[in-house]
Amino acid sequence: MYEILERQDLTPIIHMFKIRAPAIASKAQAGQFIILRQGENGERIPLTLADWDSIKGTVTVVFMEVGLSTMKLAALKAGDCITDFAGPLGLPTHIENFGTVICVAGGFAVATIMPIARALKLAGNRVITIMGARSRSLLFWEQEVGRYSDELIVTTDDGSSGRKGLVTEPLRDILAAEGNGVARVIAIGPTIMMKFSAKTTEPFGVKTIVSLNPIMVDGTGMCGCCRVTVGGATRFACVDGPDFDGHHVDWDELMARQRTYLEQEARSMELWKCQRGGCTQEAQHG
Amino acid sequence: MAKVDRMDMPRQLAEARAKNFDEVALGYTPQMAASEAGRCLNCIKKYCVSGCPVGIDIPGFISALRENDIKRASRVLKEKNALPGICGRVCPQETQCEAYCLLGKKGEPVAIGRLERFVADWESNNPSPEQPIAITPSGKKVAVVGSGPAGLTCAAELARLGHKVTVFEALHVAGGVLLYGIPEFRLPKTIVGREVQYISSLGVEIRLNSVIGKIDNVDELLSSGYDAVFLGTGAGLPIFLGVPGENLSGVYSANEFLTRVNLMKAYRFPEFDTPVKIGKKVLVIGGGNVAMDAARCALRMGAEEVSIVYRRSEAEMPARREEVENAKEEGIKFRFLTSPKSFTGDPKRQLTGMECQEMELGEPDSTGRRRPLPKPDSDFILETDVAVVALGTTPNPLIAQTTSGLEVTRHGTVIADEMTGRTKKLGVWAGGDVVTGSATVISAMGAAKRAAADINDFLRRES
Ligand SMILES: Cc1cc2nc3c(=O)[nH]c(=O)nc-3n(C[C@H](O)[C@H](O)[C@H](O)COP(=O)(O)OP(=O)(O)OC[C@H]3O[C@@H](n4cnc5c(N)ncnc54)[C@H](O)[C@@H]3O)c2cc1C
Ligand SMILES: Cc1cc2nc3c(=O)[nH]c(=O)nc-3n(C[C@H](O)[C@H](O)[C@H](O)COP(=O)(O)OP(=O)(O)OC[C@H]3O[C@@H](n4cnc5c(N)ncnc54)[C@H](O)[C@@H]3O)c2cc1C
Ligand code: SF4
Ligand code: SF4
Ligand code: FES
Repeated sequence: MYEILERQDLTPIIHMFKIRAPAIASKAQAGQFIILRQGENGERIPLTLADWDSIKGTVTVVFMEVGLSTMKLAALKAGDCITDFAGPLGLPTHIENFGTVICVAGGFAVATIMPIARALKLAGNRVITIMGARSRSLLFWEQEVGRYSDELIVTTDDGSSGRKGLVTEPLRDILAAEGNGVARVIAIGPTIMMKFSAKTTEPFGVKTIVSLNPIMVDGTGMCGCCRVTVGGATRFACVDGPDFDGHHVDWDELMARQRTYLEQEARSMELWKCQRGGCTQEAQHG
Repeated sequence: MAKVDRMDMPRQLAEARAKNFDEVALGYTPQMAASEAGRCLNCIKKYCVSGCPVGIDIPGFISALRENDIKRASRVLKEKNALPGICGRVCPQETQCEAYCLLGKKGEPVAIGRLERFVADWESNNPSPEQPIAITPSGKKVAVVGSGPAGLTCAAELARLGHKVTVFEALHVAGGVLLYGIPEFRLPKTIVGREVQYISSLGVEIRLNSVIGKIDNVDELLSSGYDAVFLGTGAGLPIFLGVPGENLSGVYSANEFLTRVNLMKAYRFPEFDTPVKIGKKVLVIGGGNVAMDAARCALRMGAEEVSIVYRRSEAEMPARREEVENAKEEGIKFRFLTSPKSFTGDPKRQLTGMECQEMELGEPDSTGRRRPLPKPDSDFILETDVAVVALGTTPNPLIAQTTSGLEVTRHGTVIADEMTGRTKKLGVWAGGDVVTGSATVISAMGAAKRAAADINDFLRRES
């Protein structure tokens, strides 16, 4: 069992857990993820390592409540234990001194980008970070990420904080201003945001790395559920990725595969809410 | 003495079982077992034993059974086989022990597997306190990677020989393919759980959620105090067809489909959280046991029509005869001499069909089976909303990539001596599917036993 040592609510629906997992903490690298399972009936879901401490033997994950598994997780508190927790999985993000790198993070992925920005900064890069959220109340970790960024740009869809608009707008502006002074872009967040970030950088010819989030089961290369098409070839995101060149990803395929279980996901969530007392009619009879 | 026919084993009726995940074969009653045991001639030459990869004293356990001493029968089994309840169910007996049975020369061989199952099940319902085995601790530590039949067997053997064994398993439960691949209706998971329990009771520590190569790698295990490492990591990497449309939503590898259904219990969704698509028309591509299992799972999940698509003819199908018959009885359809060319989808990229071509059989290929050749202008489309690709598996490359000095073949299998399991790296042994490619439970166990014996020699010599 993997004990939750600390819980923080970063926004109403984004939470941080610090978890005791020494074997993972001693091997973790930026860009890797874990797979966890909560409860004996739980499913296996992947979450990126947002931080780790190899001396204290702890790792940090940040997750957003989007469906049943993440809501079940959000019902846990410090002192509770997570049933299963395996990692670090996937290949680490490729880090070297590229020169100037723009990190783009959307939603909960601000947490995901944190260790990457840190590693890039430590490797000597000039790091520009663009972080976006729907509105001010969903922003978090500006200072943490700011610490490893030479420049930090915040956007909100509604203009309640920072620049009004999407992350792709400042991204385009910087590329237009700096041209090929930017060596690389790393974009992480919702699939649609990564797709449009990659589309934004493509005309500028700046290499753009994205961290793909297909549905996974084992996370070790055994099932092929996580397969994505990159540059015409099938790759397993859990072992060949999750980082890929965003200009070569078949985004529509990824999004179609992510929607495979929409109906069932909605059903099991309704049922769960039902059991906790907030029921709709259909779920009770459906 | 009147000649007695081989005793059939009762099974659930086809219509009923096609709708549930309960075990298909129900096992012998004591009377049936006694009658079947009575057929064995107790041959001096023990022909049957030469067909058992772990060398069970078959006439020995059957004689005990005949004398109604089931406890002794169980002891005889356990001497050579830590997992009799599993092997009695899933061994392809018709090509192993039973193929060598003297009675089989003229008529039907003794139903060795069914008797083995009977004894194992009796034992678990009437547990006798384990005879504590006097073990002298050797002070040596062994790491076993993988908890499939190979890993579990190696761990049990070494623990009984006095070594301290730790099993590292990537998944959240121990059992390997026994848990994630072979369905509940052929091998109830409680039986696997029982056998894992027995192995833990020998003092073996099982560390779940531990992916070797991602946490410590093999070199690190060796330098951090383990005196030997056994690799029983199986052949878990699925092979795909490589045809257009294969990544449409609705196309599964057999591993994914079976893992969702068996390991994650999607057949009990939404009580269990993991979903799987329930097709209306399901196509399963392949002709082996894995294809049969996937098809029979899809049917039990509630698909209206399930067809197996195989590019050769029925005679070449590698699946066990018994399982093909079971599948047919349950209503699975077969499309022989049919080969997939591509998958087609709707604008939302959900699977809608599979484009196929007809095949005909040409000259035998290197496997001795007649080679399928496409018939010209024979393309047609099969409607489908769930397709399962069951073309086989190769070893996961993770261990080979992260272990220095381990040699692998071009198929990715680890090179190891057949008699000893020694790999090209000192201190590292391997056995089971990771060495042979997908094979059988009992051959993995046999290899693990030989490796355990050699590891023991090595460790004892060292001290
Ligand atoms: C490598 C990787 C790293 C990730 N890191 C983070 C992270 O740090 N923080 C975070 O909040 N989210 C992360 N995700 C996404 C997270 O795994 C999903 O949000 C979560 O699985 C949703 O499950 P659910 O039951 O709550 O929602 P559901 O309602 O079941 O699903 C919502 C959507 O999430 C996706 N999803 C569902 N099941 C899975 C699954 N088993 N594996 C992957 N995706 C699934 C599907 O697209 C689905 O439509 C990551 C995904 C991947 C692949
Ligand atoms: C659907 C299906 C049906 C089958 N039916 C039969 C049958 O009826 N009869 C029969 O005899 N055989 C059958 N087989 C074949 C049989 O299951 C295998 O030959 C046997 O399980 C091989 O055993 P193993 O121990 O070598 O590997 P596996 O059972 O594959 O176990 C390997 C274990 O190692 C773990 N692992 C892998 N890599 C790592 C790592 N890096 N770190 C930690 N752990 C790791 C895996 O998670 C897995 O648990 C079937 C196979 C399948 C897929
Ligand atoms: S272990 Fe398998 S091969 Fe050996 S006797 Fe039992 S059923 Fe036959
Ligand atoms: S060969 Fe057949 S009849 Fe002879 S001992 Fe073995 S099981 Fe009995
Ligand atoms: S999640 Fe199973 S292979 Fe990647």
